Amino acid sequence: MSLCDLSAGTLWRKLQSGEVTAVAATTDYLNAITQFDGQVAAFLHVDRDTALAQATNLDAKRSRGEPVGLMAGLPVAIKDVLCIKGEPTTCGSKMLQNFRPPYDAHVIEKLRAADAVLLGHTNMDEFAMGSSSENSAYQVTHNPWDLSRTPGGSSSGSAAAVAARMAPVSLGSDTGGSIRQPAGLCGIVGMKPTYGRVSRYGLIAYASSLDQVGPFSTDVTAAAALLEAIAGHDPRDSTSVNQPVPSYTSTLDQPLQGLKIGVAKEFFAEGLDAEIEQAVRTAIDVYRGLGADVREVSLPHSKYSIATYYLIAPSEASSNLSRYDGVHYGHRTESATSLNEMYAASRGEAFGPEVKRRIMLGTYALSSGYYDQYYVKALRVRRLIREDFDKAFADVDIIAGPVTPTAAFKIGEKSDNPLGMYLADVYTISANLAGIPGISVPCGFTPAGLPIGLQLLAAPFQEERLLRAARMYERETDWVTRKPALA
Amino acid sequence: MHYQPIIGLEVHVQLQTQTKIFCGCSTAFNPDQPNVQTCPVCLGLPGALPVLNGTALRLAIKTAMALNCQIAKFTKWDRKQYFYPDLPKGYQISQYDLPFSFDGQVELITNAETGESRPIRIIRAHLEEDAGKNVHDETGRGRDSMVDLNRAGTPLVEIVSHPDLRSAAEARQMLEELHALLTYLEVSDCNMQEGSLRCDANVNLHITKDDGTVVATPIVEIKNLNSFRFTEQAVEYEIARQWKAFQETGKTIKDAPKSTRGFDPDRGVTTIMREKEEAADYRYFPDPDLVPVTVTDEQLAAIRSEMCEAPAVMRKRFQSEYQLSAYDASVIIDQGRLLAEYFEATAKLCGDGKQAANWVTQDVLRVMKERKETIANFPLRPEVLGSLIARVTQKQLTIKSAREVFADLLTAEEDQTPAPSMAQIDEIVAAKGLAIVQDDGAMETAIAAVIDKNPKAVADFQAGKQAAVGALIGQVMKQLKGADAQAVREKILTKLSGG
Repeated sequence: MSLCDLSAGTLWRKLQSGEVTAVAATTDYLNAITQFDGQVAAFLHVDRDTALAQATNLDAKRSRGEPVGLMAGLPVAIKDVLCIKGEPTTCGSKMLQNFRPPYDAHVIEKLRAADAVLLGHTNMDEFAMGSSSENSAYQVTHNPWDLSRTPGGSSSGSAAAVAARMAPVSLGSDTGGSIRQPAGLCGIVGMKPTYGRVSRYGLIAYASSLDQVGPFSTDVTAAAALLEAIAGHDPRDSTSVNQPVPSYTSTLDQPLQGLKIGVAKEFFAEGLDAEIEQAVRTAIDVYRGLGADVREVSLPHSKYSIATYYLIAPSEASSNLSRYDGVHYGHRTESATSLNEMYAASRGEAFGPEVKRRIMLGTYALSSGYYDQYYVKALRVRRLIREDFDKAFADVDIIAGPVTPTAAFKIGEKSDNPLGMYLADVYTISANLAGIPGISVPCGFTPAGLPIGLQLLAAPFQEERLLRAARMYERETDWVTRKPALA
Repeated sequence: MHYQPIIGLEVHVQLQTQTKIFCGCSTAFNPDQPNVQTCPVCLGLPGALPVLNGTALRLAIKTAMALNCQIAKFTKWDRKQYFYPDLPKGYQISQYDLPFSFDGQVELITNAETGESRPIRIIRAHLEEDAGKNVHDETGRGRDSMVDLNRAGTPLVEIVSHPDLRSAAEARQMLEELHALLTYLEVSDCNMQEGSLRCDANVNLHITKDDGTVVATPIVEIKNLNSFRFTEQAVEYEIARQWKAFQETGKTIKDAPKSTRGFDPDRGVTTIMREKEEAADYRYFPDPDLVPVTVTDEQLAAIRSEMCEAPAVMRKRFQSEYQLSAYDASVIIDQGRLLAEYFEATAKLCGDGKQAANWVTQDVLRVMKERKETIANFPLRPEVLGSLIARVTQKQLTIKSAREVFADLLTAEEDQTPAPSMAQIDEIVAAKGLAIVQDDGAMETAIAAVIDKNPKAVADFQAGKQAAVGALIGQVMKQLKGADAQAVREKILTKLSGG
């Protein structure tokens, strides 16, 4: 039996107790990558020697009787948006094809300090813009449940790797749903923490006011452990919040008493597939069965989420991506005779169409004469969206709903339809705009065998509550034990 | 037909923090080792984030207080976006609609003799990061241009004045006034060679035609002036150029948009950089990587308590408190805070401001210049100089003797540490017998003794031989080297006349 057959939480506990060595776990996962990644294409870069060396060091440390960190040798795959010192970090873009950061992202430092084993970098939509991996400059990642379908995105590789049991856990980033949407489509757990809970230092920026790093896992337990390892204040990120990190893993198995669950009617409106709605409503019934008080809440401004997001995110992106100008690092054109030509050609050659589209959208929205009616107005709506949640959370502890309107779609199905692709994030985007935490938990399968996700949202810094609520549901169901035939 | 120049300045001041405004890199001037004072943040590497250096904001607020600005309780950071190789992020972190300070004024001395002044209004002062420096091949062989990012991220305050200046000389003076103010406050070293203080000047003319109507010439911004002299020269040239251009073309502000010119110090002319000021759209928006800053009253009070006296205030005070002329006060103030403090300490110790000013502006400055020394390294501390001057004012030493002592102290200093002391003044005075003897008792005793010992001379004198008194004076003076010969003469005469 391969250690990859264990759920991530079980493996993590065995690693903690020393029942399993880090080398054994790492070796099995590296073998799984060799075996399956040819079909899934989740990884952009696997550093086997480094991973094994980390595992060996950790085992040696343990055998010397030294205390080991929280991750205890658990292998972690990393979205290519996070800087790892000396390792290729491309952000799924040709622009950064040859870029090797001279520093580790804060979360990477935290993982090293917690004795995690870093498996390598995973594929993603270029600069985290997309919902299918089709915007990656390098490869299209396949959904392990149906290789003709997308795993979702933009954290496509991190989700697919965990779903295919090529990694027990992984890190992604979520700007408009880029963790929760692929988690939902891949039948795994994925969590976006509160904005400011996890440092963004070393996370290559897409939209700075929305980006947040978070965990993927086959189960809630290891997701909690991974979040616990990476969360916390970092003075290098001014938006990182200085609040203590609770020990999520120690309270995880305590069910929440008197849980009040809100169901937002706006999340069950037109456009939601019947089979998704069915699964989500059934999941909410499970909570009812556990004694939860389920009541309706209203998020009246959520219908403006996508419009708001597609002004704010591209505005910030157009600015964040200005640094890729071919001068100091990254792609530089071979053919330019003037400075302006060098800028235009370097960027024109190295950015893909979706990135260009968003840079243009954002540049337009920030232009003088348009700034007030687009960007400023979007900020106002964003505040209204946040106020909707504030009101709702005055009444309920958790808001439950679908992660996505449909199950995984076919690769290529929406590649000529950017608006259709944007709608894949219709239920996840408002959490980013409001800065609140959200988690996607597997809650069933379509008749065609594709995974369905349940999204739970909570008030800012209520990650502990969110994880416990997710775990309550997980214990009552066996979805997390299902894995794709491929794995 | 006559014209009135209308001039406003935008002054950039590098704050003297140890580290950059958004990262921990050193701000030291280091052009010989490019790109060594850099990190992921100031290089603009993917994933790096800025964190505000609190000292930069504190120094900036201090600057604004000195400019009599209002300090905003809430301020934020905006991205000013444009592409340039010396700007690694593709945007500069600056302040747009909510600068940390606004609505100030600086008193500009318009008459050095009388000390008459006029307020120059300040529109705003905001805090931003400096860019790096592009280094171009100057050999003419078309080699690659290079970028040095050591300077990138140095905290910079941009001070924007109203167009209240009316001549090139005033523009220069305004810059000098700011230089004095900011160095007094120790918020900037204002080293113009190193680019710590630089300015852009906006210039045009208001022309009164013979029929009494007034028209304005197109506004020109002269960029990057890095010395007082160049500022004055550039504005002077630009005024003449615009006047000539108007007489030739009659073009007014309505016919041409604002243009940008550079100053060529070798030729003393301004040359066109951008003909039409393209309506540059910097797409300012709040930097989402930084949090807005709220400044509390307590913080402001703490900063205010660190403020030193402004040079303009000190200048006026020196005039009233030490009876200095406006000119002398300016000479002292313009030499910087340390010299002004040196003067004041000296003046207090000797009790005569006028004398202290003479010594400081003449003797001390001359020696500093000869030795190429700053006042901080000047070997005579105020207590020693003050004590020396006090001996002159108390008529213990003549000015001539005091100069001799001053020179001797400085000579002696060359081969000794520590610095010359008051004790040494006494040693030199004693060794050279320079003291003016005022002790009447000592003089009386000496005279009585000389008279006793020289009955012949006394008899000669009393017999009507006036010259005999000379021998007596000579003997007294031999005993009392610092004595005033005239006083001795008078006393002897009184004594011999039976007084």
